[in-house]
Formats: sequence, structure tokens, C-alpha cells
Amino acid sequence: MAKEISELTLQDDVRYAEDHEWAKKEGDTIKIGISDYAQDQLGDIVFVELPEVDSDLKKGDEFGTVESTKAVSELYMPLSGKVVAVNEALPDDPEQVNKDPYGGGWMIEIEPSDPAEFDAMMDKDAYLEMLKGL
Amino acid sequence: MRYLPHTSEDVAEMLQAVGAESLDDLFSTIPKDCRFTGDLDLPPAMTEWDLTNHMAELAGQMAAWPKCKVFVGAGSYSHNIPASVPYLLSRSEFSTAYTPYQPEISQGTLQAIFEYQTLASRLLGMEVANASLYDGASALAEALLMAIRIARGKKTTVAVSKLIHPMYRQVVQTYFDPTGYKIVELDYLPDGSTDLSAVAGMDDLAAVAVQSPNFFGCVENIQAVSEAAHKHKALSVIGFTEPLAYGLFKSPGSQGADIACGEGQSLGIPQSYGGPGLGMFAALQKYVRSMPGRLIGQTTDKDGERGFVLTLATREQHIRREKATSNICSNQGLCATMTTMFMASLGGTGIRKVARLNRDKAEYMKSELKKAGLEIPFERPSFNEFVVKFPEGYESTYQKLIDRQIVAGIPLECHYPELADHYLLCVTETHSKADIDALVKEVTP
Repeated sequence: MAKEISELTLQDDVRYAEDHEWAKKEGDTIKIGISDYAQDQLGDIVFVELPEVDSDLKKGDEFGTVESTKAVSELYMPLSGKVVAVNEALPDDPEQVNKDPYGGGWMIEIEPSDPAEFDAMMDKDAYLEMLKGL
Repeated sequence: MRYLPHTSEDVAEMLQAVGAESLDDLFSTIPKDCRFTGDLDLPPAMTEWDLTNHMAELAGQMAAWPKCKVFVGAGSYSHNIPASVPYLLSRSEFSTAYTPYQPEISQGTLQAIFEYQTLASRLLGMEVANASLYDGASALAEALLMAIRIARGKKTTVAVSKLIHPMYRQVVQTYFDPTGYKIVELDYLPDGSTDLSAVAGMDDLAAVAVQSPNFFGCVENIQAVSEAAHKHKALSVIGFTEPLAYGLFKSPGSQGADIACGEGQSLGIPQSYGGPGLGMFAALQKYVRSMPGRLIGQTTDKDGERGFVLTLATREQHIRREKATSNICSNQGLCATMTTMFMASLGGTGIRKVARLNRDKAEYMKSELKKAGLEIPFERPSFNEFVVKFPEGYESTYQKLIDRQIVAGIPLECHYPELADHYLLCVTETHSKADIDALVKEVTP
């Protein structure tokens, strides 16, 4: 059973993208993962495929795939930048994305190339409004 | 699962349900210029007995056992099939072994495929085998695309041995033409194995592919192929047309292969005038998610009972559309089941014995031909096929033998223009000593 919108955990300290990725500023870098809504819709996640460190990716580029028992879905960059780290724990422990989407389930860390892109992302309230419209 | 044609009442009922007036109405969204108008160019319908006669006439044009003595392999092999195989296969649960769209409902089908995967990976020495692809040629093409996928598209060249079956190479070319990926052919050495020296100078290499035993029947040094590939961080792709050879020779997996793929016809599938075949496909576990096709897994249900599931189909076309790993969304269920029955009927010891018999009989014919003064140009060890160089003018002898229902190999010149008067011959356990002696006598210069 999918969660009701009111049951979703939506953090205040991250920004959201239309494709349900989140981005969180940590000093000069930004961490990226998928929202509680996205993990809930996908169901049990069994595999996460991440990019190579040092990849230069533009906003909207595919940075990996996430495979649940139902489907394989693409992950899209919510903002442009260079990948400086990937969550090495995910290939062996993909359930982290279900259990802790904003913490242990983070996917990549990037050096953003255009900080304005981060500011243009949705905050919690805007994202919640978007979800209500779905 | 049964397949019954729709009656006109069924069709009318379905049209009514979707609110279409006629079939033309239903298909009206298909653009006019994509539609065929007029009558199909088909001959008049035949009665059942006319059709049987017609098919027998067509079959009669082929040189096939038992009417002919055929010393040809080249991708399709004559082997004895235990009577248990056709008997078991005639059970209706197996003869409609298509994987249904709710696969877990057909536990028997899934178990048969699971057993197939297990036996295939054991024979090839690989960690994981898929539920099968269509045939050896498409399996090879899929393997090369998979290697490029694993290289994340950063390396787009594949090195392919000239001693891979020429028709398999054509299929690879067909797959590759629209992709922009590059195929480099590796030449062969005088001993009948692939020349790997060119690999050293190549960059951008995603895979090195050879076939073993190769098209000349020679066993390749798979270990050396794997080492050459791995030196370039490329995958070692080992193809085959005669998997029975691995009953006797070292498996691809034990010699560093990353992917082993090829034709499974020789494991219990009748030659059937050229088809259908079975695409066997196996890889290392770490590459499983880049593998085309589907995979059946074993699990336990909520009561703790053993059960089988379609473990890996999420990357298939019907789920993932244009992002699918492959366009092959199905498998050769019936042929894979046949192969499973064949391997299970023979067992490891039986497969080894049949393989030994193939090798021994082929070696016997080879030595008899040498004694008769004929040249065996390639000295690499072989399994049940080898190349013979006949004296100039052999072609007329070859034609005369065909008139007498003996097919003494196939000429290689059409695929390898430098090999005039070279013929590829095959001997399996189905040839008797008398057959072999008779052939040697006929072709002795």
C-alpha cells in the first residue's frame, strides 16, 4: 500500500525536483537522493546503479538507475555538476533507500556548476503542493 | 496455457467491449501509409494431405540423415537424442512452455527453466546463465552489446575473431550497423587459432570475442584470449557452436571468460533442416544486471516451501521500453527444456562419454585421411570437426559423392577465399566406423 501524502516524510533542509530527487547543501558540495514519495512508489529497492566519480553531468542527465521488484527507473540530475562521491554502500545495501531516503540512502555528492539551479528547486511546501496535484 | 484461435463471435464480442465497429475501425489509428492494402500474395490453400506431400517434397530436397551420409557440422550437429527427450517433451505442460505474463502461476515452466540455467552454467563453468535467447548468432551479438553497456558506452570497439562462424559475424554486423559501434576482425594464424597480436595495439576495446571450437574446428586457447582482453580492461567473450565439446575440454568459465554464449542445438535439439536453435548465454554474477533476457530464481514462499520466480525481467523491453537492455523479451522455452532433458538424461558422465566418442571418431578419420595422403592444414587440437585440404579438382569428386547421397564436408572458399580446395568435415557419434572408412576410401586421391 502506498503512503498517503500526509504520511510522507518531507524534510525542510532539502530541495526537491519534479522527478522526485532531493538535493541538500553540505558546505560547497550538494548531496542527492530520492524522496520518500519516490521510494514509496517504487517499492522494495533491490539495486542501485550509480555514475563514476568525476563524471560531469548536466541538469536533466541520467545519473543512474534504481531497480525495484516492479521496475527499473532512471535517476535524473536535479542540477548540474561534477560527481565527487557516490554512496559506495548502496550496491550491497540498496534497502537503505527505502529505510532512510534522506540519510543512509543518499546516492551521489556533487560540486555544483551553477548554484542558481539549487535555488530554483522546490522547497518542501512547493513539492507538497506538486504531490497533491498528482 | 493453451492457444486457441478466436471465433468470429469472440472477435465481435471483443470489438463491442472496446467500442469498435469493425477490425478496420480498431486499427484506424495506424497511419494509412503504414498499412497494407489488397490481398496477401499467398498460394491457394492446400488440403491437409496435399500439404503433407508438399512438405515431404521440400524435405526431400535436403541432404539429411538417414537418406544421406552427412559429414557436415558447421553450426548444426547430428547427435543421438535419447528417446526420453521427445517422450517427456510431448507432455502438453511442456509443449506450450511459453513464459506467461504472470509467470509465477506456471511453477513447472519456471522450474524447467531454472534447471536449464543450472545445467547450462555448470557445463560452461559460468556463475549465471539466463533463461536462453533465440540462437547462437543473436546471443553473440547480444554479448557484444552487453560488453559495451558494461563499459558504459565509453569504449565502443569490439574485436571479433575471423574464426567465429561467418554467419554469426553477419548477424553481429546487422546488430551493429545502426549503432555506430566498431567491429575489428582478428585474423587467424597458420595453426588454425585466432591471432591475438593485434589486440595489443587497440584502444577503445570493450570486448574480445572468439569461438571455441572455432569455425575450423580448432580449440582456441581461451585463457590467452581472456588475458589479452583483461589487459585492456575488455571483456573476454567466448562463443561456441558445439557446446558438447565442453564435456571434454576446459570450460570457458575456468579460463577467465566473462561471457560465454552460443548455440545449444547440439544438446538434444534435432537439426530440423536448420532450425530452431537455442541461444545459450552465461556470464559472471557481477554482470548479471547488464545481461539481456530473463532469469529464473529459486526462493521460498510464505509457508517455507520451495518456489520459483522470474527474478530478473525488470530490464526487459515490455517493462522498460527503449531503455531495455535488449529487444529480446522472451526465451526459447521449448528448446531450453529439450536441452535440459538431454543434459539430465546423459548426466555429467554421459556427456563426457559422448564428447569423448566425438573426439575419438574425428581423430580416427583425421589419421586415416592423413594416411591416404591428404593434408590437415591446421594443427591445433580439434573436437569433432576439422579442415582437410584436398588436391586440386576435388570439386568433381565432391559433386559425384553428393549424387550418391554422401556429403563430404562443406567448401570453405566461399567464406575464406584464400582457402581454395579446403573443406570442413564433421564426425560425431552418429557416424559408424564403416561410414568413416567408406568416406576415406571415396576421397583418397
